[in-house]
Amino acid sequence: MVTPHDAGLAVLELKGIGKEFGAIRALHGVDLRVSPGEVVGLMGDNGAGKSTLVKIIAGNFPPTHGEIRFDGKPVHFVRPIDARAVGIEVVYQDLALADNLTAAANVFLGRELKRKLGPFALLDHKAMAARALELFGELRSETRPHDLVKQMSGGQRQAVAIARTRLSNAKLVMMDEPTAAISVRQVEQVLSLIHRLKEQGVAVMLISHRMPDVFAVCDRVVVMRRGEKRADKAIGDTSPEEVTSLITGAKEAA
Amino acid sequence: MATPLESPLTFTNVGKAKWWRSGFFASQTGYVLLALVALFVVMNFASPYFLTQGNLQNVAKNFSFIAIATLGVTFVIITGGIDLSVGSVMCFSAMITSMVMTSISTPGMPGAEWFVHLADDGKTVIANMPGLILLVSVLAGLGVALVVGLVNGFCIAVLGLSPFVTTLGMLSIVRGLGYVVSNGRGSFPSGPEASYFYTLTSGVVFGLPAPFIYLVVLAAAMAVVLHHTGFGRHVFALGGNEKAAALTGIPVVRVKIEVYVICALAAGLQGIIICGWLGSAPANMATSYELNVIAAAVIGGANLAGGVGGPLGAIVGCVLLEVIRNGLVLAQVNSYWQQTLVGVIIIAAVLVDRLRSRMA
Repeated sequence: MVTPHDAGLAVLELKGIGKEFGAIRALHGVDLRVSPGEVVGLMGDNGAGKSTLVKIIAGNFPPTHGEIRFDGKPVHFVRPIDARAVGIEVVYQDLALADNLTAAANVFLGRELKRKLGPFALLDHKAMAARALELFGELRSETRPHDLVKQMSGGQRQAVAIARTRLSNAKLVMMDEPTAAISVRQVEQVLSLIHRLKEQGVAVMLISHRMPDVFAVCDRVVVMRRGEKRADKAIGDTSPEEVTSLITGAKEAA
Repeated sequence: MATPLESPLTFTNVGKAKWWRSGFFASQTGYVLLALVALFVVMNFASPYFLTQGNLQNVAKNFSFIAIATLGVTFVIITGGIDLSVGSVMCFSAMITSMVMTSISTPGMPGAEWFVHLADDGKTVIANMPGLILLVSVLAGLGVALVVGLVNGFCIAVLGLSPFVTTLGMLSIVRGLGYVVSNGRGSFPSGPEASYFYTLTSGVVFGLPAPFIYLVVLAAAMAVVLHHTGFGRHVFALGGNEKAAALTGIPVVRVKIEVYVICALAAGLQGIIICGWLGSAPANMATSYELNVIAAAVIGGANLAGGVGGPLGAIVGCVLLEVIRNGLVLAQVNSYWQQTLVGVIIIAAVLVDRLRSRMA
């Protein structure tokens, strides 16, 4: 069987990525390839370097060593919008929502739709609400565009954060613990959304602690431990038991 | 990359808030407005003079004297910041405006030959088009406010200093500069165009005080900016979750600098207007006004934690403060009670909002 991993161009390619915070070495020599339409599970214990890796790819801070290539071209991100500009979307673990704004306002935060009124560009509330409702419909989330995020349930908030990634034609979507704080039914919805992204050729990186989720949707699992990549295996070639022992260090590498 | 809807979204579990439990009616601004209306009714019975045209005009003029600055500081408060330097900026802008006007209207002063010359009979006449002196002096006043706003914004947004400390320092710096340039003496706007200045700042148009008209226009503009532009949306987002704002690509530094500049400009304009009403810019003008301005914003519903506030609230807060002041005078209450009562109202307004959000 030819997996997407073997065939074609990688959408994201990391070479020897390392990151130091003062004396602390958070990441060391990480190589990674993600192909279009591939779902990669990124696993590891707390402090293994998952979040640091995600933040480097998302442009929160630059790596100390190594090279990032996106769509075949080397990229240097200074700010998160640089990463977003090339087609990388992130669902942050804390969701990055402004509680005092409506669902629609949060979905379009930083890229509001506007309409011209003479020399002024005013917000197009109607178009944003309509598009947001459409996105919530796709996610099967009962979320009203005009409701304040402050009044929403965990699942609704998750839907708002995920809806954001669907605004643009993202090539890579990274989700940091998207299923950690939501109901069983909503987990199903998030996983089916990941399937849909995959069908459309979007690469997905799923950072998760939940083994069943990773094994349900991922093509490949990457295990991090102590800032290094310890395993990178097709999902069919491994088992939850092996991944667990890789995470804990019972098994050093695979 | 939208996927088609399998079926239209239904809301089986998610109810819709009742109209009176959402939006304006559920906001602190709504309650305080209600309290204000009640206060008007009570005052009407308490004093026959309260609802006379003269008194209402007086009230309108008086609250306009802090309300424009309150609009400005509301922008800053919505982002979760604070500006303590507004009182000093009011004074400094007023002083610069009046000194520049006096200076360029005096033949013989450096630069004055552009604006005035002495006629044969010894009178000072305008050398250039009328209005130019006024324009230049007001722009000079607003110019110094702009600089103060930029410095505040730079220290807070770029250097990452705390807004409280930065603007506390700026309060002192700007007040000090005011004393330095004036040598502690007040200055009076004078020269051939001073009369235009007084007309524009303390005149009456269609029975309404001029400052009140500026206030209404600026408040309307602010409402549009806050709720219908990208900038306004970003101001709210910054107050709601600054980290999220940065992650979603909002230019946080720029928006922060802009709100401090807006605030300083509003304070500068306010100072210039007060100067026109007083007829002078004394060096101790508007001392501690920043507290009134912030109090008015908070009473009107701006949340010092950020994310909430608006022009209507700012005005309602100012009107409430002024009506209480006016009411106490009319009711012949010892005027020393005023400050105490204002303090009680600040706490009561915030308390009511807290109780409501706990019940909801």
